[in-house]
Parts: sequence; C-alpha cells; structure tokens
Amino acid sequence: MTEQSIHTPNPDVYPLESSRLTGDATAQDIESIRKRTSVFVYEWPVRLWHWVNALCITVLIATGWLIADPLPTMTFAEATHQFVMGYVRFAHFAAAQILTIGFFGRIYWAIVGNHHARQLFYVPILNKRWWREVVFEIKWYLFLEREPKKYVGHNPLAQIAMFFFMTLGITFMIITGWALYAEGAQAGSLSHNVMGWLIGWVGNTQFLHSVHHLGMWFIVIFMIVHIYAAIREDILSRQSMVSTMISGTRTFKDDRPD
Amino acid sequence: MSQIETFYEVMRKQGITRRSFMKYCSLTASALGLGPAFVPQIAHAMETKPRTPVIWVNGLECTCCSESFIRGAHPLAKDVVLSMISLDYSETLMAAAGHHAEAALEETIEKYKGNYILAVEGNPPLNEDGMFCIVGGKPFVEQLKHAAQHAKAVISWGACASYGCVQAAKPNPTQATPVHKVITDKPIIKVPGCPPIAEVMTGVITYMLTFDRLPELDRQGRPAMFYGQRIHDKCYRRPHFDAGQFVEHWDDENARKGFCLYKMGCKGPTTYNACSTVRWNEGTSFPIQSGHGCIGCSEDGFWDQGSFYNRVTDLTQFGIEANADKVGMTAAGVVGAGVAAHAAVSALRAAQRKTQDKKEEA
Ligand code: HEM
Ligand code: SF4
Ligand code: SF4
Repeated sequence: MTEQSIHTPNPDVYPLESSRLTGDATAQDIESIRKRTSVFVYEWPVRLWHWVNALCITVLIATGWLIADPLPTMTFAEATHQFVMGYVRFAHFAAAQILTIGFFGRIYWAIVGNHHARQLFYVPILNKRWWREVVFEIKWYLFLEREPKKYVGHNPLAQIAMFFFMTLGITFMIITGWALYAEGAQAGSLSHNVMGWLIGWVGNTQFLHSVHHLGMWFIVIFMIVHIYAAIREDILSRQSMVSTMISGTRTFKDDRPD
Repeated sequence: MSQIETFYEVMRKQGITRRSFMKYCSLTASALGLGPAFVPQIAHAMETKPRTPVIWVNGLECTCCSESFIRGAHPLAKDVVLSMISLDYSETLMAAAGHHAEAALEETIEKYKGNYILAVEGNPPLNEDGMFCIVGGKPFVEQLKHAAQHAKAVISWGACASYGCVQAAKPNPTQATPVHKVITDKPIIKVPGCPPIAEVMTGVITYMLTFDRLPELDRQGRPAMFYGQRIHDKCYRRPHFDAGQFVEHWDDENARKGFCLYKMGCKGPTTYNACSTVRWNEGTSFPIQSGHGCIGCSEDGFWDQGSFYNRVTDLTQFGIEANADKVGMTAAGVVGAGVAAHAAVSALRAAQRKTQDKKEEA
C-alpha cells in the first residue's frame, strides 16, 4: 500500500473528495485539513475512570446531600417494608465502593500506563519552566494573553486543580467516608479494621461527618470550575478538550509549533 | 492483706442472702456480656478474694455521676458496690468531713498502697495553678496526682473526667483538663456519659473488683462491652430511620407516631453508649424513648458540636448561623458567579476578536 494521507503533500490525493461534491467543504477547509495534527494522550483506562468517577461523584453528592438532609417523611408502606433512607444510603455506599476501587485502579494505571496517566498525581513544583507556564496560564485566564499555549496533557493550572481537588480531595473523601462506614459496620468488620484508627483518633465522629460534608462542597466547587474550564477551552483554546476525554486523541486547531 | 474481708463477707454483713448473692453474680455476668459459665467464676472470686479498696475523688463536676451511681437498677449491685466503696474514701458519700476526711484519704492511700482503684469524678482545672477547684485547701489537681501515685488503676467517671464536659467547652476559661492528660503513667478506663448509666458504672467496677484487671477497652479507652456500639445501632426507632420516616417538627403527628429523631438533631449516629440497650432508671426509658434526640453526652467535646437540634454541625468560625451547607453553598455561589462572569467576558472578548480579525482581513 502506498503512503497516501493528507499529511504528506501529494497532489494526487484529493482531500474530502465526497465533501467537495456536496459543496460542504470550502477551499479553506481543505487547506486546513491537510495539516491538522493530533496526538494520542489518554489510554482507555484513564478515560473510563474519568467518566465512571464523574458518575460516582454525582451520585455521591446527590445521596450525600440527602443523608445530611433527608427527603420529607413519606409513608406508603409499613416501616418494615419501606426503605427510602436505606436506598439513599445504599446508593451512596455502592457508588463509594466503585469510586474507591476505581481510584485504586487509577493509581495502578498511573504506574503501568503512559506518561500522561501520571500527571494527576504530582505537581512539578521544582520545575522552573512549569512555574513560568503557571504564570502564563493565569494571565490567559485574566485575559492578559491574547493566545493560549498548546498542551498535550493538562495545562499547569488544571494540573494544580486536579491534584488538590481530585487526587487529594478524593483521598480525603475515601478516608473519612470509610471511617464513617466503619462505624455502622462496627468493630471486627473489614472497614473497621482498616479505618477504625481514624474513629479513635478524631474521638467524636460528629466531627468526621462535618469534614466529610465540607469535603463535598470542596468537590462541588471543583466540578463547577472543571466543567466550565473544559468547555471554555474546548471553544477558545487551540486544542480539543471534551472529545479528548472520549476518544483519547488530542487534536490541535493550528500548526504553529507553540 | 488477710485482714481485709472478702466481697462475700461484706455482702453477708450487709444482710444479703446467699441466694441474692448468686442472683447478683448472674446478673453481673449478663450485664458484662459474659456467658453463664462465668457465674461460678464471679461467685468464687467474690467469696475468696479480699475486696479491692476504692478511693473516689471529686474535682470540677456536678455530682451527677454519684447521683446516677446510687440509683443502680439492681438494688443489690448498688448496695454492695456502694458499701465496698464508702468504706474507704468518697467525699460525697462518707460520713466524715473536714480534717477527718483528709485523714481518711491519707490513711487509705497508706494502707492500700499500690492496691486501690482511684475513681475520679470531675476533672482538674489547670489554669491559674488549679485555683478554680480547691479541695481541702489545695488545688484539686494536687490531690488527684497524690491519690493517683499509688493507685493500681484509675477510673474516669463521666464526660468530665473522660473528656472535660461542659467546663471544658470552648473557650474553656479554667482550662479544665481530662484525667488522662494529667495522669499519664497509670492504666485509665474511661466511663463517659453525663452521667454514665448506673448499671454501666457498677458493671465496670464489679468487673475490675472480681477479675482484678481492666475490662476490654476500645481505642478511646472505654469498656468495649458498653461503648462498642452506637445508640443508632441499637435504637428501637431505627426502622423509621431506614424507612425515611422522621419527626419533622416537635410535637407533630410523626412525633406522636414515634418516628426517628434524626432531623431533630439526634446524635445517636455518632454516640457510643449503652442507653438504647440498658436504658435508664431501672431500664424504664431513655432519652429517645421519651421523644428527644440523643445529645451525644458520652462523646468527646459534645458541647462543641453545634446545636443539639441540628444534624449538620454549626461552624462558628464562619459566623454563629453557619454550617457546612451554608459555608459550602456560599463558596459554590461565589465560584459559580465568578465562572459566569468569566464566561461572559470570554464570550465578549471572542466576539471582539472576530470583528477585529474581519476588519483586518477587509
Ligand atoms: C465524592 C465523594 C463523596 C461525597 C461528595 C460524599 C458526600 C457525603 C455527604 C454530604 C454526607 C453527609 C454528611 C453529614 O452527615 O453531614 C455523606 C455521608 C456519608 N458518606 Fe459520603 N461522600 C463521598 C464519598 C464517600 C465514600 C468514598 C464513602 C465510603 C464508604 C462514604 C461514606 C459515607 C458514609 C458512611 C456517610 C454517613 C452515612 C450516615 O450517616 O448514614 N462517602 N457523604
Ligand atoms: S432516633 Fe436517633 S438513634 Fe434512633 S434511629 Fe433515629 S437517628 Fe438513630
Ligand atoms: S441517649 Fe445520648 S445524650 Fe442521652 S444519655 Fe444516652 S448517650 Fe447521653
């Protein structure tokens, strides 16, 4: 097979042949598609984790809210046959277990996966270049830069946010959540053997409820910023964002090197 | 120490029959969660062992622990244990007062060096060199340290001795300090509650007197058989919790139906105590049964966990009326508004650039 692609200048190849016939592609479009570049960043376990994690967190926030502030009382059966609060808590704990397993799976993938799978787990504070990019990115968000930089992985601000809100935030929620769970499971259970030390350490577990609850708001704030930034960058930046987390491929919108 | 009589002898002196004595042994065994096989063991120990002397001291407290103690459900247990204790030293219960009382304390310490149990009700305030609690002309903390020096073990009665209770609530002006932070070189058993349940108190003391060792303790140093489970784990209203049926307002229809008190701020889900099983006043009732939520009286710093009537704790650092939701929602609101403003500016900028680019092209 001969090497025929739109990336190698080749007068014999007519890009978007069919599109041209329908009149959908302009001369400009054709010129553009000849050059666009893309790079594979996120392997399937990273993408799968991202969406499963997002779903779990959504369920955990909704049900967590209803644990602290339950639905209005309803009576449609004898108490024995009615399990409203029970199901809310069940959904919370089910999502929590998936979230926990997923998080460990994600850590495993950070070890065996590609370079980009590790970005979530560290902040390169010793790298001067990285700090310059942080400053640049802040300026971009303050409308002080006319054009953003290209990034294959996360931009440095996103990396900071993800590290603190997700990596640390989820670790915090998993630790406090399992300690709360251990209270119900009681001494002798697996969760109590693993997390009972925290119950003993904080003393009054009402405090654990409070910090677990505040942790939810920490994560809600991240979600607001994260979703906004992803959509904004998808539109305004020079690369794909949302689709990258679906297909794994980062496409760039121009050919300039930086 | 052969001159000290056995428990059994003390009991017989109190006019207790052998039949009642055996009943007491089996009741104690079941209260401690021990099987019937332990009944003869308890009986044997009580018949043969010299009774263990107890010194009972009182610091900053309200005497509710003593009040609870002398109302033990099983009158026998109360009489027996009480008589064993009052023989030695207890300011509240003994007949002596003033110098005689102080002399009695010294005598007991001297006589039973290394063998007595020190029961502490209340705690020492450490601020101003302990001047906020004076016993016999000296700061209580001195008496406490002195009495603890030769004790075999220490019992911290109630929330005061175990955690500090109301006198240690923020800002704790007298610096009231729980016993285990002052006495660090003795085995300490915490029996928290405000007050602890009488049966729990007699149960713990009987265990220590008969078996000559501390009962199994949990991570916080509380006897696991009484503090191993939460109120919530054994609450008879729990089915209504799982069903999602709550008292919504005081004295509403749901309150009359006996629904769960979670929304009224019940701290049962975070409180380790035996109220929902042993109950109070000879097993008559307990707070939740009488329609009020648990206030978490046997937990560390329960005065500082916000209102007794809210599930979500107030965060006074953020203002009197703030809690996790109000703080979180405000923060999320601010961030949300910031995001919206940022999005608007971004859109304007983008539009501006497009028109500029077009002009440049033209
Ligand atoms: C993003 C993650 C999570 C969020 C946003 C979240 C949210 C919440 C919230 C708001 C509450 C109510 C706290 C209160 O009483 O005021 C709660 C309770 C609880 N959560 Fe989570 N949670 C998360 C993860 C977890 C995890 C990983 C576990 C582990 C099993 C867990 C277990 C629990 C338990 C046991 C309770 C207490 C239930 C009860 O008292 O009936 N949570 N959660
Ligand atoms: S009344 Fe309190 S302890 Fe009982 S089930 Fe409801 S929340 Fe739990
Ligand atoms: S129900 Fe709660 S507040 Fe009431 S005595 Fe028991 S532990 Fe204390």
